[in-house]
Amino acid sequence: MTAPTFDGVAVGDELPPLQLPPVDRTTLALFAGASGDHNAIHIDIDVARRAGMPDVFAQGMLGMAWLGRLLTRWAPQSRLRRFDARFQGITHLGNAMRCSGRVVEKLMHGGERCVRIELQSANQFGQTKIVGEALVALP
Amino acid sequence: MIDKKWIGHELPPSVLPIERSRLQFFAKAIGETDPVYTDAAAARDAGHPDLPAPPTFVFAAELDSGAAFQLVDLLQIPIAKLLHGEQSFSFHRTACVGDTVTVRSNVSDIYDKKGGALEFVVKTSRAVNQRDELVAELRTVLVCRH
Repeated sequence: MTAPTFDGVAVGDELPPLQLPPVDRTTLALFAGASGDHNAIHIDIDVARRAGMPDVFAQGMLGMAWLGRLLTRWAPQSRLRRFDARFQGITHLGNAMRCSGRVVEKLMHGGERCVRIELQSANQFGQTKIVGEALVALP
Repeated sequence: MIDKKWIGHELPPSVLPIERSRLQFFAKAIGETDPVYTDAAAARDAGHPDLPAPPTFVFAAELDSGAAFQLVDLLQIPIAKLLHGEQSFSFHRTACVGDTVTVRSNVSDIYDKKGGALEFVVKTSRAVNQRDELVAELRTVLVCRH
């Protein structure tokens, strides 16, 4: 895929969506180790249950990292200026997240031509778990 | 209630060396398939000196150091009530293998909503490299749900 350009992008354009496989325990364990988030609530069902949860659940930053993949496979990472996420719901085991993004504005920011992208991560039941926004400078 | 006296509190600096095997592990954990993030030759072809740390990776600094959870303890937030509400990054330069990133944070705000049923802690961070060049600015909103 060729990298997007400012003139080649229009408001309303969708980024190619990123479909993830269902969240499983292995994914959570690997992300705990790789991210440094060793909070046991994400990897130990006993700890999760003591906290009143039915089971372990995904780290918020795992979902944000997936949205990061959506962005960096669309435009090179060096073009990313801002990346914001609001965690709206818990991502449970078995949730297969679909990350999507849409260009909502073309603007000048810090002397650069940029696009503002609305981001969303939703599961297979249409439940939104993360909403976010990114600012990407385009050539 | 979380004591508002902690507004302005500075966390100890957290030093995160950007290491190849850690980035490859992170890429595996998030299912990253773009060779830019796992293959140094592909990273160089893309204009990086070596493997780049993915956008959210520097969040690991205060997890590795323990500073993130020490703050939660200090504020006496029970871990079972803790949620990550929001996370923001402003990027200035990409950290790559061989860089050492230092993150310095402070508690910039503490407030509550719904009559104290939800409490919010805002942490503001700066991540710099070994040349003291700004890598990223971070803003973290933690939520304590009663």
